[in-house]
Amino acid sequence: MSELSTEPTGAPQGDSGDGVSRRLELGVAGEWKRVSPKYVVVEIVGTVIFGLVACGVAAGLWLFAGAYWAIIPGIVVAVYTLIALVFEPRRVRSIGYQLRADDLLFRRGIMFQRFVSVPYGRMQLVDITRGPVARWLGLADLRFVTAAASSGVSIPGLPEGDAEDLRDRLVELAESRRAGL
Amino acid sequence: MTHEPDGVPAGASRAASPTDVPPAGSLADGAWHRLHPATPLLRGGIFVFAMLGFVIANLRERIIEVFFGVPRYSGDPIDEIYRRGNVGWALAGVAVVLVIILVAFFMVWRMHTFRVNEEAVEVRSGVLFRSHRKARLDRIQGVNIARPLIPRLVGAARLEVSVAGQDANVQLAYLNSYLADGLRRDILRLASGARQAGASTEEHPGPEVNATGAHVAGLGASVGSFATNRINDFLAPELDPNAAPPESVVKIPPSRLFGSIAVSGFTIFIVIAIIVLVASVTAGTSGWLLVVILPGLIASAGYYVSRFTRSLRYSIAGTPDGVRIGYGLLSTSNETLPPGRIHAIDVSQPILWRPFGWWQVRINTAGHSTASGPAGQANTTTLPVGTEGDVMKVLELILPGFGGDDLRQLIHSGMQSQGGEDGFTNAPRRAAWLRPFSWRRTGYTIRADVALLRRGVISRELILVPLARLQSVGVTQGPVLRMLKLASARLHTVSGPVTASLSVLGVDEALRLFERVSAGAIESANRDTSHRWHRDDVPAAAGVPTEPGHADRPAPPLRTTSEATE
Repeated sequence: MSELSTEPTGAPQGDSGDGVSRRLELGVAGEWKRVSPKYVVVEIVGTVIFGLVACGVAAGLWLFAGAYWAIIPGIVVAVYTLIALVFEPRRVRSIGYQLRADDLLFRRGIMFQRFVSVPYGRMQLVDITRGPVARWLGLADLRFVTAAASSGVSIPGLPEGDAEDLRDRLVELAESRRAGL
Repeated sequence: MTHEPDGVPAGASRAASPTDVPPAGSLADGAWHRLHPATPLLRGGIFVFAMLGFVIANLRERIIEVFFGVPRYSGDPIDEIYRRGNVGWALAGVAVVLVIILVAFFMVWRMHTFRVNEEAVEVRSGVLFRSHRKARLDRIQGVNIARPLIPRLVGAARLEVSVAGQDANVQLAYLNSYLADGLRRDILRLASGARQAGASTEEHPGPEVNATGAHVAGLGASVGSFATNRINDFLAPELDPNAAPPESVVKIPPSRLFGSIAVSGFTIFIVIAIIVLVASVTAGTSGWLLVVILPGLIASAGYYVSRFTRSLRYSIAGTPDGVRIGYGLLSTSNETLPPGRIHAIDVSQPILWRPFGWWQVRINTAGHSTASGPAGQANTTTLPVGTEGDVMKVLELILPGFGGDDLRQLIHSGMQSQGGEDGFTNAPRRAAWLRPFSWRRTGYTIRADVALLRRGVISRELILVPLARLQSVGVTQGPVLRMLKLASARLHTVSGPVTASLSVLGVDEALRLFERVSAGAIESANRDTSHRWHRDDVPAAAGVPTEPGHADRPAPPLRTTSEATE
């Protein structure tokens, strides 16, 4: 904790000439733990289903209701879905978490990056959920709830055993550092 | 007017009992107590009677037809009853209904009991469906005493203990007005970790209040003295100056209050509506605009009046058990927030208020009393309108660790400064692409366990987040922000009117904010002991019950941290 406050940023990556970093990159010492690579499948299935449903609605409007304008949103959705599918593996790789001494660090996103730090003592509950595809792959999502609705930390795609171990570990950590609200 | 069947001659015995046992009048003695006898009536019994009367008045002919077999008769039913010689039966019927209602009320009242002990506040209620609710004392987020107009007339008050969570509050409606004050004091003292409720002689709301209270409770109290007492109660200041350090009380002159309500965005909207109305009438268009707009205008007059009367007699003061904020002219509300219950503070100034130098202070808390605030909203406005000096006084009360000239200076520049080198880490010039006016003022600083965020130039805002209460912190960056080498940051607190976020910051500054805040939050949370706020300031007695005579009176208003001043 003290070492963090003495060296706040570390070496910023992606310097762009004038010494100002462009990308958000935390210069923290530890190693980011990644989620299971199999989680890509869950994301791809979700994206494909969304794309198919949206394109199907557009096609239905075009073919059966004679609404020609429906082609445009249909094409847009199809292109978006394809691009999203291409970037899916990178997006999943970008999800990471770190258990530091007193808080949990979480990151996700390439295009829209997000870093969150939650002190263990602030955790109100830890939730494990499994969707149908994730259950088939033996994966689970872990969600932390704090008193603030905006914290929104949820680690998807953990192998089930890991998720339960992590939950127990976090509950233990939260218990040892319990504070009021 | 005796409150309690177990014979509490209330005020009289409370007036002098410097012993270490809880005074006989204290409701916080761990035994089950009942509410004010008028409770069923105040909680809606009046409506039952009114409804009954309404139904009878409307259905009388039908009832007559059913019961007496006469065809529709257009005369007075009393005449008809009299003519047929059924007076006795009719009276008996009415009496039976009345008795049933009264017995039901009595049962409801009898089964509704509460208990306050060293661990929790508990309420049991319900006749057929029993409910038992328990609020742990160390989780109390605030204690509110509300006196709506009608209960206030009969000397009753509603005490509400708010805890975090939706609909989790414990309500004691209604209590005897002066007993409610004493109970709140005892609840807060128990919650503070000072074990004994006995020291209440230290903090009597004032001898004369007790004396009159004893008169009311006394069996021989005449109607006359009851009336005078009610009138005294009505005219007395909502917050007794004897119970709080007087220098900390902020006063809002009625003229300023009136001005602040009149000078608002809503007024501009009203003015525009009136102009449109006048223009349309003079232009000779058909009257439909009149029909649409006029009722709204009349309703808005009611809004102004209610907002004004609710905010009148505002008071704020520090007590050893937290900040006490009172409101209201006819219906009053008086809330005590124990130390460390405020999660974020927002000091803001709409542009229309700038010529007058007025500011508003709002807060985020985890628990909300159901009593509505001065504008009918949730009770989160701590200072409806005040000068910068008033804001400082309020912050002194509600911000833990407030003190020191540098923090004062920072708060001043957070409120007034145009930007530049003033102790804040500001957004870089390239942020002007996204925030053409306010980029200079968008910045943050961290001092004494408090994060200060400053933003907005048209409507100025300074947000203060005590790091000990912070839930988590996040930084985000989308493609547009990345092109400009910017990022946005947000401190996550419990929900409320205050959103502690900065939409533009340099990437490095945002990361530094992230690191400093996340490290600072852990450090200050480890030091924080405000869930039992009296324990830590009695260094000799860690875990040992404090001695009952422990003087609470000359204590500083907030004692969560050692930096608390004055």
